[in-house]
Amino acid sequence: MEKEKKSFIDRLWDFFASIKLAIVLFALIASTSIVGTVIEQNASPEKNLKVLSRLIGPDLAPSAYRLLDSLGFMDMYHSWWFVTFLVLFAVNLIICSIDRLPRIWKLATEPIKPINTDRIPSFPIKKEIVLKGTPEGVRDKVMSVFKSLGLKPANSPVEGGGFQLYSQKGGWTRLGVYITHLSILVIMIGAVIGIFFGFHGYLNLPEGYTSSVAYDRKTGKAHELGFSVRCDDFDVEFYGMSEMPKDYRSWLTVIENGREVLRKVIEVNEPLRYKGYIFYQSSYGMMPNIKQGILILKVTGPNGKTETVTKRIGESFTIPGTNIVGTIKDFSPALATDSSGRTYTYSNMMNNPAAKIEFSKNGTPLYSGWILKRFPRTWNLPDGNRVEMVDFWGVQYTGLQVRKDPGVWLVYLGCVIMAFGLYSAFFMNHKKLWALVRTDGKNNTIVTFMGTANKGRQHFANKVEDAISKLITKSKEV
Amino acid sequence: MNISSSLYGIATLGYIFAMIAYISYLAFRKDTIGKIATGITLLSFISHTVAFALRWYEGYAEGLRAFWRPPISNLYESLIFFVWCLILGYLIIEFKYKNRSFGAFITPVAALALAFIEMSGMSKQIEPLVPALQSNWLLAHVTMSFISYSMFALAFGTGLMYLIEKTEDRKEPAYIFWTVSIGVLLVLLIAMGLDYLKFHVVATTPELAKAYLFKATFNSPSTAVSALSWIGALVVIFLVWRFGYVLRNIIVSFRLDTRILDELTYKIIAIGFPIFTLGGLIFGAIWADQAWGVYWSWDPKETWSLITWFVYAFYLHARLMRGWRGKKVAVVAVVGFVTVVFTYLGVNLLLSGLHSYGSLK
Repeated sequence: MEKEKKSFIDRLWDFFASIKLAIVLFALIASTSIVGTVIEQNASPEKNLKVLSRLIGPDLAPSAYRLLDSLGFMDMYHSWWFVTFLVLFAVNLIICSIDRLPRIWKLATEPIKPINTDRIPSFPIKKEIVLKGTPEGVRDKVMSVFKSLGLKPANSPVEGGGFQLYSQKGGWTRLGVYITHLSILVIMIGAVIGIFFGFHGYLNLPEGYTSSVAYDRKTGKAHELGFSVRCDDFDVEFYGMSEMPKDYRSWLTVIENGREVLRKVIEVNEPLRYKGYIFYQSSYGMMPNIKQGILILKVTGPNGKTETVTKRIGESFTIPGTNIVGTIKDFSPALATDSSGRTYTYSNMMNNPAAKIEFSKNGTPLYSGWILKRFPRTWNLPDGNRVEMVDFWGVQYTGLQVRKDPGVWLVYLGCVIMAFGLYSAFFMNHKKLWALVRTDGKNNTIVTFMGTANKGRQHFANKVEDAISKLITKSKEV
Repeated sequence: MNISSSLYGIATLGYIFAMIAYISYLAFRKDTIGKIATGITLLSFISHTVAFALRWYEGYAEGLRAFWRPPISNLYESLIFFVWCLILGYLIIEFKYKNRSFGAFITPVAALALAFIEMSGMSKQIEPLVPALQSNWLLAHVTMSFISYSMFALAFGTGLMYLIEKTEDRKEPAYIFWTVSIGVLLVLLIAMGLDYLKFHVVATTPELAKAYLFKATFNSPSTAVSALSWIGALVVIFLVWRFGYVLRNIIVSFRLDTRILDELTYKIIAIGFPIFTLGGLIFGAIWADQAWGVYWSWDPKETWSLITWFVYAFYLHARLMRGWRGKKVAVVAVVGFVTVVFTYLGVNLLLSGLHSYGSLK
């Protein structure tokens, strides 16, 4: 009995190499995570007090809150104990894999050996057939069974006449579990790099404005980007005439050292990338100075000529080829009419932008009315001229998420590795097949197929069976 | 009413009849009944498939969605797709293993999911896709998630059958576990049924459905009703526990090989787990990364997916590395599906309800 005096290091190693620890950690991480889904993370105390008093009553809620707060449950996924669980999980994963790897590595890479014909072991797959002819004469036929299974057999002679063929495939798939474990570590390393060296912030950029900083998501502190971003335009597109946004887009320009280096239209799921920073379209909103925007119109006169006009509220323009003057009187971001025909603004977002324009000729009023961006039929004037509303610019801002994460490529790499690992661990197997080809002393040859697989054995057995039965029918035809 | 929703209606009714047929087949062991059950399931499945294809086409024809966006983008559509995968998976197992008794455990899950649609009164409108949902990663994520969910539902069925067949003593923890699980399932169904009877007229949007969930019973404004509901729930669970052996005797009389059930549970999880990891977790994270620039933010949905993942990782490691077999792992398979249901529905209905409690009033 030598194992009684194990060193501390050995015991520590055994502790971390145990599957028991893994199972305990799975259970611990999973069960404690539940608390963080009930208590809203990083929320205001009032919110969670309300949740708690709903769960356990208003009397116990304050003390429960204090207890949970002191244990870090209000931001539990970053608390010292949860991070400890994750670190233990990673260490367990590493030690466990290293501990078992040599044995599995041997199984995976060991070349297949011929069977000892004196003491044939038992195999989960075993099938014996008799073929006419000498062992050498049926060699090609037996080979064809291996070939149809995608195996390239080695060959060795058998005492007393005959030979045996043997081959294996997919030994490396035994490593699938380790590939999967490795991928989890790669993802975790990527995440840690992201936490320590990344930046996660936001930037609300009004149309026409330029910014060289973004603001940290948690602290709100300004973060120098090293270049500037300008929002040239922002627009929301709706489904048909509904209020449901179909797409929102920002026209962004990157400026570095005073030069425009990149222009891109971004939308949700289609971000802008520059020098490691990624700008995601995440929200939008209106500026407070709503009446100070610039109205952009395309005005077509009787001669068919179109001019683009940019004017502010209160300013005037002339329809080309005439002396009709339009004066912009008002603007509404979301115009609607009530049952009595009066107009009103139903939202402070740009859901249905409209401009009120008064037209006059030599000082005498002609007609006036609202021109709506989303309704082209309002663009046609009674006298056949046309005023198209293109945009009301300068009053919206685009809400951007700004991120720099030097670890994200590792996370993606980990995902790819994991896909490979999982596929090989669950959907592929390590197959071995032997064929003992011996003469029966007369003019026949006895072929014994023996095989095994570390998983999906029945499936492999069926395939071997199929290949053999094909061989039998073929030899009958000859 | 358009054609696709009437076809869905036919499929729903069909699955409920199939459930009755499978359970009678289990009780009377007449081969004809079994064949009828399979026939009804097959017909309902065909109707279901056609309805799915039609809804896909309708969304495209009405200009609400691009052609390559299948109808799996809201709670209603995803439930329908889940049931479709579940029944497809079940039919494959039925034909492969030539055994029908398993249907008595799967068709109730399908019927329950479809009945939940009706009872909660969720919106069946074809909705246009909001910008964040217009992503191919999301498409892969949702499709694969539901395929894995239906796998886990199948493993839940086989695991539960295994437990029922293997437990004899009423004081045995495994027996208590499965009777309480079935009891809770029954209670939820009854509670939702009462909600439906009492409030179905008003609960027409998901927000309203959320507000009215269990309002007829546990969340009733009247303390007496709510207290009675809790007592009623305990009584139902007790009855299932007390008379669970009846169900056990029926299943045992079928002489199903428990080793096959154990093996089948493992095999189904071994297929579901990688699909869930890849589709549910990884593709979901990639989508979030593309849409918002955050691949993981510990929000309740993500956290619950991770919990689910850990439970099935627990199952696989306990079985493959620690050699757990039989009852112990079957319990894990059942618990796993409970977390799946919670990830899918509980997070949307209960947790968000908890957080937005004040805003609903």
